[in-house]
Amino acid sequence: MEKPKLGVFKFASCDGCQLSLLDAEDQLLAVAGAVDIVHFPEASSRIESGPYDIALIEGSITTPHDAERIQQIRRDSKFLMTIGACATAGGIQALRNGADTDEFMRAVYATPEYIQVLNKSTPIAEHVKVDFELRGCPINQYQLIEVIQSLLAGRNPRTPKHSVCLDCKRRGTVCVTVAQGTACLGPVTQSGCEAICPSYNRGCYGCYGPAPQPNLVSLSTHSLKEGTSPAEMAHSLQNFNVHAPAFHNESQRLTDQIEEQN
Amino acid sequence: MSEGLQAANAPPCFLSKEQFAKLFKVLRALEYDVIGPTIDQEAIVYDRISSIDDLPRGWTDIQEPGKYRLEKRNDDALFGYVVGPHSWKQNLFPPVTTLSVADRTDEGWQFSEPEQDAPKFAFLGVRACELAALKIQDRVFLEGPYIDPQYQGRRNQALVIAVNCTQAASTCFCTSMKTGPRCKAGYDLALTELPEGFVVEVVTPQGEAVINALETQIATEENQNQAEAARQQAVDQITRTMDTTDIRDLLMSNLEHPQWDDVAERCLSCTNCTMVCPTCFCSSVEEVSDLTGDHVERERQWDSCFNVDFSYMNGGLVRNSIRNRYRQWMTHKLATWIDQFGTSGCVGCGRCITWCPVGIDLTQEVAAIREKQT
Repeated sequence: MEKPKLGVFKFASCDGCQLSLLDAEDQLLAVAGAVDIVHFPEASSRIESGPYDIALIEGSITTPHDAERIQQIRRDSKFLMTIGACATAGGIQALRNGADTDEFMRAVYATPEYIQVLNKSTPIAEHVKVDFELRGCPINQYQLIEVIQSLLAGRNPRTPKHSVCLDCKRRGTVCVTVAQGTACLGPVTQSGCEAICPSYNRGCYGCYGPAPQPNLVSLSTHSLKEGTSPAEMAHSLQNFNVHAPAFHNESQRLTDQIEEQN
Repeated sequence: MSEGLQAANAPPCFLSKEQFAKLFKVLRALEYDVIGPTIDQEAIVYDRISSIDDLPRGWTDIQEPGKYRLEKRNDDALFGYVVGPHSWKQNLFPPVTTLSVADRTDEGWQFSEPEQDAPKFAFLGVRACELAALKIQDRVFLEGPYIDPQYQGRRNQALVIAVNCTQAASTCFCTSMKTGPRCKAGYDLALTELPEGFVVEVVTPQGEAVINALETQIATEENQNQAEAARQQAVDQITRTMDTTDIRDLLMSNLEHPQWDDVAERCLSCTNCTMVCPTCFCSSVEEVSDLTGDHVERERQWDSCFNVDFSYMNGGLVRNSIRNRYRQWMTHKLATWIDQFGTSGCVGCGRCITWCPVGIDLTQEVAAIREKQT
């Protein structure tokens, strides 16, 4: 049987998620044995055109050119999967959504007329149909391997959607919010990183985006009561997943509140 | 721990702190793996300990809804705290375990069970509410139609050294649940800490084997009076209550009470309450394979009724809102647990109150439902 063809494609991103695949080291050889990697510019000079059985998409759409390019990749791909917060939620670069992009360009570039850029950084799913979204900034390499494996085996992937709190408890990490008063997005953030930050005495930064049915308002209300300022709370949500609707809406609600008070 | 083997009328003995320090060596000689209280991550957790110096000497815990802080005591008490984020279920029902293994061979699939060399634990510092929790989990894992072999192997060998509470946290309500604070059954040895040593009650041959290896005196009347006064102090400090009168029918006849909407606005559905609860026993089982698909392990992990996917069946979610999930948890814990296992699933330890990141207090939720019944 012919091996499935896999392509890795980059849009606006830092390359960290693609690196997770390269970092898989021992497992990478097994992946390379199970699929035919025909397009992965970061790793190989072998660049073949489609069709692809599996397309891994890193990065968000920020330019008119990329908005066209993703359409072609979609047409060429049987199973299209986004990897990481940029491709899934628009990434940290979505911080500029709603701001004046022209003003930014004038401030940064000597000849801004050469720059062709969209006003917003948007996730892939706002442009084409996405078959699977893998969260994280960066993604977890084991989750990536798991999804590829599940595709090969024709089963559902094990990528749980529970909160980061459950992972803290499973690994015996004591809650940093309750025991130390540290602000933490764990209760509203989807699992995936195995709860790394709290195990190093830090609150969760929400790298894996909102958990399903997250109760952002309750978490903010309680954090504000415990002394977090509305600005701090809003900023904590304005991160890699700022464009994810649940995080965006709550940070906007808090920002509006701050403006009303001023 | 073998229950019921009460040494007939054995008088309590007195164990000095110097002798208590030798307990660890005695337990090691009896091949016990000692799990007990120690300070880690700004909390008193239960972990592997090897000497008296690992105990939280001179520390206590201050607890309120959504808040836990360590504080220095003005004495050298070794067990001068209440309960922390961990419970003994971590050791008897571990968060992640491999249940079975399958390998694809030329002759087809070969199934095997991972090595079952159950660790032999000595649990040091088990509180009365926790003894009640162990009994509840025994009911779940050992006394139903299906026995859990991993739990059974660990539980049967475990030595339980209880320590009576001499103080209470603001979150404690064991007196309402009739589980404490006095340790009454389910232990091998029970200690009450005094400044100079411990008054020890010995009830099983396993406990006797340990205590006989140490030098003790018969506890004097004064020792016993002091111990009683110390234990009474814990009773006196308990302020939280939960009225359990007809609680099963109260909750089951108020399933559409507006309080469920109220609590759903605050609940994060984050699973913390279920994870810290010493009786919650839910898990999920999944097959994990390597990339070739030739080696598969069946893995069991702690899971929670607060997870969206936990009620996924046949193409849909049964409990697709926080309101439904909180109601499921609380009605099971306090009401339908009685139908299922004959007792409440709550022991009044207060962990779910302390470790809820937004400080939801189930005793207040019950009170609110009771106050305005629909």
